[in-house]
Amino acid sequence: MGYRLTSQQFDNYLTQLSIKYQLFAPQRKSGKGSFSDTDLISYGPVTSYEDMELQEKSAYSPKEVFYPIRETLFQFINNKIVEPEIDTKPIILFLRPCDINGIKRLDAMFLKNGSEQDYYYLRRRKLLKFVLIECIEGFDSCFCVSMNANKTEEYDAAIRIEGEEILWKVKDQDLELEELKLGVTQDFEPQFIQENKVKVTIPLVEAVTKETFNHELWKEYTSRCIGCGRCNAVCISCSCFSMQDVQVSKEHNIGERRRVWASCHVDGFTNMAGGHQFRDKNGDRMRFKTMHKINDFYKRFGYHMCVGCGRCDDICPEYISFSKCINKLNEIVMEGQKDE
Amino acid sequence: MNNPYLPKLYKILNIKAETAMDVTYKVEYEGHVIGGQFMEISIPGVGEAPISISDFDDTSMDLTIRKVGRLTDCIFDLKVGDSLFMRGPYGNGFDLNQFKGKDVVIIAGGTGLAPVKNPIRYFANNPSSIKQLEILLGFKTPKDILFPQEIEEWSKQCHVYLTVDQPVEGWEGKTGLITTHVNSLDLSDVDNKVAIVVGPPIMMKFMTLELLKRGFQEENIWVSFERKMSCGIGKCGHCKIDETYVCLEGPVFNYVKAKNLLD
Repeated sequence: MGYRLTSQQFDNYLTQLSIKYQLFAPQRKSGKGSFSDTDLISYGPVTSYEDMELQEKSAYSPKEVFYPIRETLFQFINNKIVEPEIDTKPIILFLRPCDINGIKRLDAMFLKNGSEQDYYYLRRRKLLKFVLIECIEGFDSCFCVSMNANKTEEYDAAIRIEGEEILWKVKDQDLELEELKLGVTQDFEPQFIQENKVKVTIPLVEAVTKETFNHELWKEYTSRCIGCGRCNAVCISCSCFSMQDVQVSKEHNIGERRRVWASCHVDGFTNMAGGHQFRDKNGDRMRFKTMHKINDFYKRFGYHMCVGCGRCDDICPEYISFSKCINKLNEIVMEGQKDE
Repeated sequence: MNNPYLPKLYKILNIKAETAMDVTYKVEYEGHVIGGQFMEISIPGVGEAPISISDFDDTSMDLTIRKVGRLTDCIFDLKVGDSLFMRGPYGNGFDLNQFKGKDVVIIAGGTGLAPVKNPIRYFANNPSSIKQLEILLGFKTPKDILFPQEIEEWSKQCHVYLTVDQPVEGWEGKTGLITTHVNSLDLSDVDNKVAIVVGPPIMMKFMTLELLKRGFQEENIWVSFERKMSCGIGKCGHCKIDETYVCLEGPVFNYVKAKNLLD
């Protein structure tokens, strides 16, 4: 069903939804941006329409809502293992099509890579319902259309902002509440962006050879990339983590094991006991990430990992553009094919 | 819901110093194990690390651990009767059926001997399962030689060539890098010889090149990779090389595959 609601009617609906659900949406955090006098748009808990910032792209992806930056896996109390409980109140997440497609990638990594499912991911993932934020215009750095991630049908409700009013489509009957009846019934089908300003051409998976690994292209990134890992942190599809133990009390033998987000660009990602590491140059790390996003993942799952949200381009302090990197790589691969 | 991250406590049955740096812990363990697999070993509040299984029987497994960091320092404080947290085993391990009836060469550098100790023991105890066994081992110095008694035992059953990079006074064995001793091996009918090569990345790289130069077939060479497996179950991403997860598809790889795994 579709509804046209005033912001007041929508707020009443959200209030009612909040009884059963936690709501998470992009929020404007005033003055919290990277530069002075800039705002940060990132995910947070909301209770009203006013709390949300649905017109802009969030700097950080919604993954932090259900895949915490730092998560306690369990506590050790004198050699007994205690699993911390989590809030099991279901979550309604407001997000764009690229992010819904990104979560499909996270699902692949956590639930389908190898024979074991990731217990901690799954227990939060099960709580999620998606509200699709209609996205027709996109933003300057987006290239979701090229990545085939601009559309999705995997949502429980959809929202369009029309001036002061809200169009709301309900797919999941659990979200069909009495408060909606106060609005006007109006069918609404969310539309999807058809063309981005930025376009990428992904080199054919089988055309990328090992020769590309040693190409000069990556050397440029050795000099430009500072290995800060921001691109990984904001990415909807980056899922790597490290285990981390913390001792709370040595005397009473109390500690905990956590997992924390890890970044393939940051020093130490491959360090083994004894000090050996792989890919010590930042350019090699850029190559590793690029290959994962547009080559390796595809070989395992049949679609690309990158969804073209462009957040890595937005956040990079060195103005490295991932979309440009993909296009440059494609040119190199095409050149290589011509030479043959 | 099954939680694969939860470790269980296992009792330490025996502790044996191999070198000043390496100690073998025999741990109570019942369950299916394949030589070449690894466990995630942990001490609460200190950390977790992948350790290769050096040997096993129906009721126990051996873990040969080198003192290299905070976690292993703490493991070294443990005594017989204490317990260790573990989860696993993970990885594919060596499929010994692949070597049935073959002429087998096992080449190991340093702690690389640990993951192949079980296959060596199996072949040495079951000589009829293969045609011939030769073992080429390299260590930094005589003090670094792992499993000296076992090597002695193996020498009675097959050819063992042992070299050290840096000899000390009184050392009467072979010296020099392991790669310079390939000639010691029986290289007749090299087309049908099967090799297992395990050691530091640089050693594996040059040893496999050396074997290929001598006429070994790519598909007859097996290697075992060491990477920073943080989860062991294909989620954490640390051991990924290209589209391959060392913890899932490895750590044992045929050279045909391994040669294309570029970090």
